[in-house]
Amino acid sequence: MSTHTLAVLVENSPGVLARVASLFSRRAYNIDSLAVGPTENPDISRMTIVLNLDGHVLDQVMAQLYKLVNVIAISEMTDNTTIKRELLLVKVETGSHRNELAAIVEKYSAVIVNEDEGFFTVEATGVPAQIEGLLNELTPYGIKELVQSGLVALEKGSAALSDRTLSAQGISTLHEIGTQADYQN
Amino acid sequence: MTGASSLVKSLEAAGVDVMFGIPGGAVLPVYDPLFDSKIRHILVRHEQGAGHAATGYAQVTGRVGVCMATSGPGATNLVTPLADAQMDSVPLVAITGQVPSAAIGTDAFQEADIRGITMPITKHNYLVTNPDDIPRAIAEAFHIASTGRPGPVLVDIAKDALQKMTNFSYPTSIQFAGYKPQVEPDAQAIRDAVALIAQAKKPVFYVGGGIIKANASRQLMQIAELLGAPVVTTLMARGAFPDSHNLHLGMPGMHGTVAAVTALQKSDLLITLGARFDDRVTGKLSSFAVNAKVIHADIDPAEIGKNRFADVPIIGDLAHTLNVLIPALQAEFKKNKPDLTVWWRQMSSLRATYPLGYDKPADGSVSPQYVIERLGAISGPDSIYVAGVGQHQMWASQFVKYEKPRTWLNSGGLGTMGYAVPAAMGAKVGMPDTTVWAIDGDGCFQMTNQELVTCALNNIPIKVAIINNESLGMVRQWQTMFYEGRYSNTSLHSKRIPDFVKLADAMGCAGLRCERPEDVDAVIKEAMSINDQPVVVDFRVFRDAMVWPMVAAGTSNDEIMIARGIAPDWDSQEL
Repeated sequence: MSTHTLAVLVENSPGVLARVASLFSRRAYNIDSLAVGPTENPDISRMTIVLNLDGHVLDQVMAQLYKLVNVIAISEMTDNTTIKRELLLVKVETGSHRNELAAIVEKYSAVIVNEDEGFFTVEATGVPAQIEGLLNELTPYGIKELVQSGLVALEKGSAALSDRTLSAQGISTLHEIGTQADYQN
Repeated sequence: MTGASSLVKSLEAAGVDVMFGIPGGAVLPVYDPLFDSKIRHILVRHEQGAGHAATGYAQVTGRVGVCMATSGPGATNLVTPLADAQMDSVPLVAITGQVPSAAIGTDAFQEADIRGITMPITKHNYLVTNPDDIPRAIAEAFHIASTGRPGPVLVDIAKDALQKMTNFSYPTSIQFAGYKPQVEPDAQAIRDAVALIAQAKKPVFYVGGGIIKANASRQLMQIAELLGAPVVTTLMARGAFPDSHNLHLGMPGMHGTVAAVTALQKSDLLITLGARFDDRVTGKLSSFAVNAKVIHADIDPAEIGKNRFADVPIIGDLAHTLNVLIPALQAEFKKNKPDLTVWWRQMSSLRATYPLGYDKPADGSVSPQYVIERLGAISGPDSIYVAGVGQHQMWASQFVKYEKPRTWLNSGGLGTMGYAVPAAMGAKVGMPDTTVWAIDGDGCFQMTNQELVTCALNNIPIKVAIINNESLGMVRQWQTMFYEGRYSNTSLHSKRIPDFVKLADAMGCAGLRCERPEDVDAVIKEAMSINDQPVVVDFRVFRDAMVWPMVAAGTSNDEIMIARGIAPDWDSQEL
């Protein structure tokens, strides 16, 4: 078992998230995290899915995902070729440790975005290991609450998943419409 | 015009000539313009019947089957046939009415989220709330259902979208951002396949239902005769290759022939054509065909490596794939052709030693296998045979001899009891000049026989052979074998209740009965002579007959039994 990150371009149509979730549920694939959001093209949304599974199962997951009519393109986001980030918001009681906490926050290039009623709210972005490191150091001081986004990933350099979509190349997959008789041979 | 008229015009533009359905509140607007349409709408008695009838129609014609239902319970009654069609890759379009868009999500009367419910059991589905979207949704639905790996597509349309005014314009082309099935095989994959076939000493053609879907039986015959290797046809592929052909070893799997099961087990190369390594074929996967390399040709990339690693995957339409593979093999065989003499000596010995067979019941009652064997012999290979699910299904697969594709219909993947009568109805509508026999169990028949009323009233004269053993026979067989004969809830208690002959009569069908072996031929011939109404024959058969051979679920194919506790005599075979 190992962790894999998939970037999936999907048509921005109602129910597409449910289709992906339904597929993962039905085939018993476990999702570590799932992030969905708009892209530079308003007709296309991008999902970043983190999974923990065997390599040969990953091929099957990608093939099954691609069977969904609304799925446009899929790519594995490997550590070497992509930038990966998570976002963390965490609330910590400052108590008498204000300076120690501020030092930890600075060490992880995080930001104190709110200080009120004896609590820090800290915003951090980074690779999962950085976020985990920050959380480990903050935990002894008492974490009141935290929220994390799922991982998002983008390829380095000029490569783009959207290059692989037909619409991005100005080519549309036109299918001639047949009638019933055409399907009968 | 209204959205409903636009829908009917769209269905006409898609070439629909017949559909099966039941009206109701949300879908009612469609039924008004449908009243004036040239499309034949067959009013069924239960929406499940509409779905299976559309499947039967699609399976015999190769066209898209169409069914329609209203919202809520009408739509949920389509769930079983949709799941069935998804498992057996049947091109269906299901139209459902939905509550008005403003009421969606309010738990309105007869509201069910049928799009959500059917997501995992359809190839794709739509919820249409704007009447302008109806023609495109219908065009896309027919395209998706019938291209690539076929499957069911549901189009759910809100009632207000059916009532509002719109302009009808059927698209001449449609555009998908992602959907693009690969039809042509990859040239390198073909070369790799040729190389494996040229080296093989024990090749087997493992043929699945995809050959029939691709209308590639002619190419299958060519490649089989070119290589001269054994052919096995799965439950979904019966008829894809003639049973009378010398290369054919029959059906593999849980109730397959000893020769077909063993050919796969001992093979060194599985030439897999439109099959999916289903558990009913492989038995215990880790011990399935352990010495075989695998060529896996399929239109669906997700089938590659799903259950069994493929040494050479070939994605593409099987007819196109074989059209390329055959000349490539012909060229290779001029230099180098495998010698299969030893392999055939082994397989011929197994085929001769372990033919399919059955014992006559000691009590003189009618043997179910004999009924089915005689039915196939008398009605012949031009008839269409449609089975339910259970023992009678396996016997119909084993003892009817199939010579042509699209003459054998059954619920293979989902195993839907009650499939036979409505599917036979749809098959007869699709092929009205062909004799259509439903071979059904008494358990199955009691699930969906109401469609005989539909048949009687709409001039759809199917024939039904009820293999009446007053039991849920296959489950009873498992209780015999694995539950020490504790027959919990598998007895239907009576061959007389219901009285199937009276029931047939009540539904406007001819009812016949057969209780003695010596009457079987005469009763079948009498049923064959009635063509102006449906016929139901109540064959009261031996209760304890069992389906053999058998590979028990979860065990290795090597543990095939030819009768209870009896394995083939492997020591006497040269393998």
